[in-house]
Amino acid sequence: MTNTALTIENLSVQFGDYTVFKDMTLTLPAGKLMAVVGPNGAGKSCLVKTIAGLLMPSVGSIAVFEKAPQKMPFNWLGYVPQLKTLDRNFPGQAIELVMTGLKPAWPWIKNKTGFDMAMSALEKVGAGHLAERPIGKLSGGELQRIYFARCLVRNPRLILLDEPVTGIDMTLATDIFRILETIRQETHATVLMVTHDLAAAAYHADLVLLMNQSTFYVGEPDAVLTQDHLRTIFGHAGHPHMMGLEETPHA
Amino acid sequence: MPEIFAQPFMQYALLAGVMIGLLTGFYGVFVVQRGLSFLGNGLAYAAFGGIALGLLLNRDPVWIAVPFTVLVALAIMWLQDRTRLSGDTAVGIFFSVSMALGVVFISLAHSYSVDAFNYLFGSILAVSNADLLLTGGLIVLTLCAVPLWRQWTYATFDRELALADRVPVKLHDYMLAVLIALTVVVATKIVGAVLVASFLVIPAATARLLSKTFAQMTIISVLMGVITTAIGLVASYYLDMPSGAMMILTQATCFFVALVFQRR
Repeated sequence: MTNTALTIENLSVQFGDYTVFKDMTLTLPAGKLMAVVGPNGAGKSCLVKTIAGLLMPSVGSIAVFEKAPQKMPFNWLGYVPQLKTLDRNFPGQAIELVMTGLKPAWPWIKNKTGFDMAMSALEKVGAGHLAERPIGKLSGGELQRIYFARCLVRNPRLILLDEPVTGIDMTLATDIFRILETIRQETHATVLMVTHDLAAAAYHADLVLLMNQSTFYVGEPDAVLTQDHLRTIFGHAGHPHMMGLEETPHA
Repeated sequence: MPEIFAQPFMQYALLAGVMIGLLTGFYGVFVVQRGLSFLGNGLAYAAFGGIALGLLLNRDPVWIAVPFTVLVALAIMWLQDRTRLSGDTAVGIFFSVSMALGVVFISLAHSYSVDAFNYLFGSILAVSNADLLLTGGLIVLTLCAVPLWRQWTYATFDRELALADRVPVKLHDYMLAVLIALTVVVATKIVGAVLVASFLVIPAATARLLSKTFAQMTIISVLMGVITTAIGLVASYYLDMPSGAMMILTQATCFFVALVFQRR
């Protein structure tokens, strides 16, 4: 079994004439949590979509456990998209969404085995009481737990999180990170997480990718999240998030 | 047997109507939940263009309308796929072109009278053996496609999540568009091109108001499609009104009742 979850070599992604990001090279060892940080438009979400196989590389290559994203079995990947893309008008229950973690299809009926597995995952993330709640009536934090329960039942090798705590208050965000730790312990999955929260990246991640289109810094949080790098990537000094960052303890 | 169904043309109409209610109820849930109501309209006018070509060529119009409408459905999907145009714009282009072609064909055929009027507004007198066969064939095809409901629903909920799970969403989109196109064609004769799109919208919208899950929505939509079509047909016979209009008024009545009793 390979010890490398993700291998990216000279990767560029373009839409027509517009280059989203270019010449990215990195490796992510299996079992690690990598935070992806950068300003809006840096290409973070496109990177996640390329790893998920939703976008094709324009140049370069990408491999997830030595397989091209389009060739990996569906259950290797636990993808948690940005919550803002969710269709809140869809008539569905939280447990139905969790059950899509078991099979890549929406359940017509809730068979007992699938239901029990989904319930058990929901209870592990403290959301057992939300099982039959309509998806449209879940708050951001609740919905994030549902997606995490979906990851748990799938038991994936790689979890992709696109801004899991954006729009969620600090107390709930702490809760979400605690659940993420539980999932990591249970599944031993590798995690790649896009976040705007530099303090969370410094505290929770084993590795950080600080990126902006064609500039990348990869490494341990202390080495990557320096004032100089942040200034280069965000393009200005005195960013409020930088205050006291270097003193932030690393887990 | 009630007196009205003693007559063969009413038996044909009822059988066709029930099958059409079932088909439109089933596909309607995807039309409504994916926000494709305008696609139904576009395909209905494409069907009219095909029917007009059939009248011009002096062939059974439905058999010309089938390939014509399917081609338009595929062209709409292709245009949407290959350009930066939105789905609505792609439909809007083909919608007007098909109607314009239909008008030209009818003018050339010099038969703008009973036939064209019937296809625009629907007639229960017009259902033939061949129509029943075609509609029955589509029911069989739909039954074969029912197992795909789970993947279609998954992509309806979140296209990106389904794509990330390797569901062949694009292929399914084309399949769904073709099946909806065929449904529209078989429904045009009895419902009429002007009104057929509502069949894909009102029963499913009514079901949406009454459902907690997409499975419930599908079952209620199919039942609503079948029942309102049958009631509308009977009303059309007794009131001597066009069948399509009576069916849609029945559907609309159910929709407003559901609005009062909807599950919030």
